[in-house]
Amino acid sequence: MPSRTIEREQSMRNKMLAAASIVVLLALPFVANAQDKTIQAIERYREMLADDNPAELYELRGAELWRKPRGSQQVSLEQCDLGLGAGIVKGAYVRTPRYFVDAGKVMDIESRIAWCMVTLQGFTAGEIAKRPFGSETYKSDMEALVTYVVSQSKGMKIDVSTAQPQEQHAYDMGKQIFALRSGSYDFACATCHGDRGKRIRLQELPYLSDPKDAGRAYIGWPAYRVSQGEMRTMQWRINDCFRQQRFPEPQYLSDSVNALIMFLAVNANGTVYNGPAIKR
Amino acid sequence: MNRNFVLCILACTSLLAPSVQAEAPDLSQEAMAMIRRDFQPRGSAGLNRLDQDAVQAVCNRFANKPPQQLMGLLQADQQAAIKFPADGNLLGDWKAGEALAQSGRGLTWSDSPGTAVGGNCYNCHQLSPAELSFGTLGPSLLKFGKLRGNTAETQRYVYGKIYNAKAANLCSNMPRFGHVGALGEKQIKDLVALILDPESPVNK
Repeated sequence: MPSRTIEREQSMRNKMLAAASIVVLLALPFVANAQDKTIQAIERYREMLADDNPAELYELRGAELWRKPRGSQQVSLEQCDLGLGAGIVKGAYVRTPRYFVDAGKVMDIESRIAWCMVTLQGFTAGEIAKRPFGSETYKSDMEALVTYVVSQSKGMKIDVSTAQPQEQHAYDMGKQIFALRSGSYDFACATCHGDRGKRIRLQELPYLSDPKDAGRAYIGWPAYRVSQGEMRTMQWRINDCFRQQRFPEPQYLSDSVNALIMFLAVNANGTVYNGPAIKR
Repeated sequence: MNRNFVLCILACTSLLAPSVQAEAPDLSQEAMAMIRRDFQPRGSAGLNRLDQDAVQAVCNRFANKPPQQLMGLLQADQQAAIKFPADGNLLGDWKAGEALAQSGRGLTWSDSPGTAVGGNCYNCHQLSPAELSFGTLGPSLLKFGKLRGNTAETQRYVYGKIYNAKAANLCSNMPRFGHVGALGEKQIKDLVALILDPESPVNK
């Protein structure tokens, strides 16, 4: 990543942290209804963040990576079939997860990009899975590629089908896994996301079986996470949920995670996708 | 009652309804198999975390609404396993309890194995009025001691609830902190004090 881009990202991030402290200061004088005021302040912070989203930088880098000859085959991803035909990126994201005959699997957008990296470019699945999620010091190519691809569905409605039996099966499995309690604390996804209007600390928890909440949550990813200085995908989001559930780790791009994404996507159907999001 | 007995009950229930099974296969079993195939151990979170005990198995099998009789048997089983302090003193230090209630650390794959496990209380409950950042997954415990009284009976109730919430409500969302060994005797006593001690900010 060129240093100019890094500087721009840092300056954006500094602005956001400044905005956050202003919001906190604004919230302080209100003692009455402190709870509501705090939540309102968080909402204002979110609005201020939205003006300047570093996700754009990931989108640009992803577009470059998409067109660049890479891997042992030294070809680009421009002939990748994301479900609408080879080379069609526009609108592909909002139609995933979907069943891909060539892979014999239901794949989310990230799994499909990885599939193209293996089949077209000659990367190995092991290489891709080695370090899929970025950090402050390590920029993941996958996160940039996903950001680029999803940005090409901006303004379109989530339109995920369960017409194929494999798609219906993935949805059913996702629904089951969502409710499955296990681990040290007997947690399931549904423990936090199975009821309306709940919070963990001050964080509002979407009720993910409800279309409206599921829609809002689903279009909230991928997102630039200000607190982590990093772009995060839906694969990351679900991985981190399992971490907090005190479960062992789902393997990267595994059927279980794709089934959960299928469950969420179908519940979110009809919601307009606004492009990569930004969060605290 | 042991785990095998309960698993037998589960198996027998499915045997009793073969026709229903033929029409609607038990998808939860298939989902469990999928998870077992897809997950890997990381840090302190081994694959044994996917082994369900009787409570988890029954709550999963019956979508958290098990039949009364089965629920009663299992609750009694969980209640009998609660270890109350030998010295009979259940009230610890509310200040230590407050610190513990604030912490949500422990048992994730990113926590180093030696990490002190937190009580996670504020994630789901309102406690001290000064702490505005509280969750609403569980009921508010503000003024709990003031309303219920700091009696020996209430202390035993609260200790038992933190030790194993499933003893009174089998498919409760609340973890079994004592039962699974996440919190020890001293820590649970400190949390009891946070909730019941008249000096605790919870009751001011």
